[in-house]
Amino acid sequence: MGKVIVVTSGKGGVGKTTSTAALGAALAQNGEKVVVVDFDVGLRNLDLVMGAERRVVYDLVNVIQGEAKLTQALIRDKRVETLYLLPASQTRDKDNLTPEGVEKVIAALKSAFDWVICDSPAGIERGATLAMRHADVAIVVTNPEVSSVRDSDRIIGLLDSKTLKAENGEQMEKHLLLTRYDSSRAERGDMLKVDDVLEILSIPLLGIIPESMDVLRASNVGAPVTLADGRSAPAMAYFDAARRLKGESLPVTIPGERRGLFGKIFGRKAA
Amino acid sequence: MNDVLTQSRPIRLKGRSFLALSLTPELPFEDWLVQLDELAARSAGFFLRRPIVLDVQGLEIDRAQLRDLVSQLGMRNVRIMGIEGARSSWLGPDLPPAMSDGRPASDVELQTTEEAEKAVPAESIVASGPPSAKAIPSIVVSQPVRSGQSLLYPEGDVTIVGSVASGAELVAGGSIHVYGALRGRAMAGTMGNSSARIFCRKLEAELIAIDGFYQTAEDMDPRLRGKAVQIWLEGETIKAEALS
Repeated sequence: MGKVIVVTSGKGGVGKTTSTAALGAALAQNGEKVVVVDFDVGLRNLDLVMGAERRVVYDLVNVIQGEAKLTQALIRDKRVETLYLLPASQTRDKDNLTPEGVEKVIAALKSAFDWVICDSPAGIERGATLAMRHADVAIVVTNPEVSSVRDSDRIIGLLDSKTLKAENGEQMEKHLLLTRYDSSRAERGDMLKVDDVLEILSIPLLGIIPESMDVLRASNVGAPVTLADGRSAPAMAYFDAARRLKGESLPVTIPGERRGLFGKIFGRKAA
Repeated sequence: MNDVLTQSRPIRLKGRSFLALSLTPELPFEDWLVQLDELAARSAGFFLRRPIVLDVQGLEIDRAQLRDLVSQLGMRNVRIMGIEGARSSWLGPDLPPAMSDGRPASDVELQTTEEAEKAVPAESIVASGPPSAKAIPSIVVSQPVRSGQSLLYPEGDVTIVGSVASGAELVAGGSIHVYGALRGRAMAGTMGNSSARIFCRKLEAELIAIDGFYQTAEDMDPRLRGKAVQIWLEGETIKAEALS
């Protein structure tokens, strides 16, 4: 049985879809069988980031409503053999997601894949709560800014009360993924520091993804950042996060700290 | 067909207790309303969506004055769900109903024998009165209280092992202890316990209240921010002091 992961956040635009694609690709590149599921019915973005927008025939809603078989809707990635995508529908609305339908699809995916990674819509509405309902693990994506942190706190509260695990009296495993982190701005006080975010949310840290143009570039060419340029700083951070997800314990490095030291030595050259 | 169905199913009546804020106006009402306006200006929305009971016990007023007061409060978006201590001659169908003293009447008439059998005795659903001296109940929450969550414990003390996030709310009948940062709202002694206190390891609260007297973040001593602090009530003033 595979593990079901929900990638969620309170605020939109923090990097859920990017992180879903990057983590999914990173796990698949290590030979794990992975499916990424787009739960953002009505908006649909994950297919773009995965570079599969022109190959979508059937989607999640078709499967839930019994108009297509799961195997028909799954799109296999052209670059990584073990990576699959289940796209969302853009023409239907989120009311087409029924709790029973979602449960069935998740159960089917769980038995066929090692990892089921669900890209949740932002916020606390129906789509988001349905996406998190059947998860084993939650990844809470947060930017180092106050509004994002507070909304994430709200989402963690929901994860602890509105999920199947919570209703069975279990604790949902939760991880924090801090994205778009810029150490120099954090130093200047324009952004929250890592310690502040961790102190407020008090859940374990899965990784810190540095703010980088590489992320935008990758999403525009339709490739998860871990596939587009595996040597870039954000890709390395996602690879590390994927290893931590598998249970390895790696120290988390705060991006930019090492460069800070280099900057002191080669300060002039860099400028 | 429909008739038969509606007749065989009795209307359900159940006792239930709610926690309401109670307002005690003073004469003359004009001055009191000015004070209320000041209070509302300092904390916008404090009365919004909250059940409020108006306590007019012992006030020398007549029916017209009461009606005027209720409409004045209505204009300030304070909605009165019941009036306590009013003479029955004052009240009419256009005014909120009378409330007996903090304990809703337990004589809820149950309609059928079936209902009566499974009826949890009405008293147990209805508010448990002031905590007795021998055992003050308390609860311990060993998780952070998150934004948007509201923890209500009118019976006694609340201890939080963890932080209270900004946007979260604690309401306790007794004292509140937070072994972490208190960033949200904390209201202690809400059932009329003026000796309740609030303790926290790191004071960053948005609002604190003891027995209905409250203080917003702006009114707090900035030197106490981020410190371990205890807060108590002396007369009608909220006092705060750093814990060494």
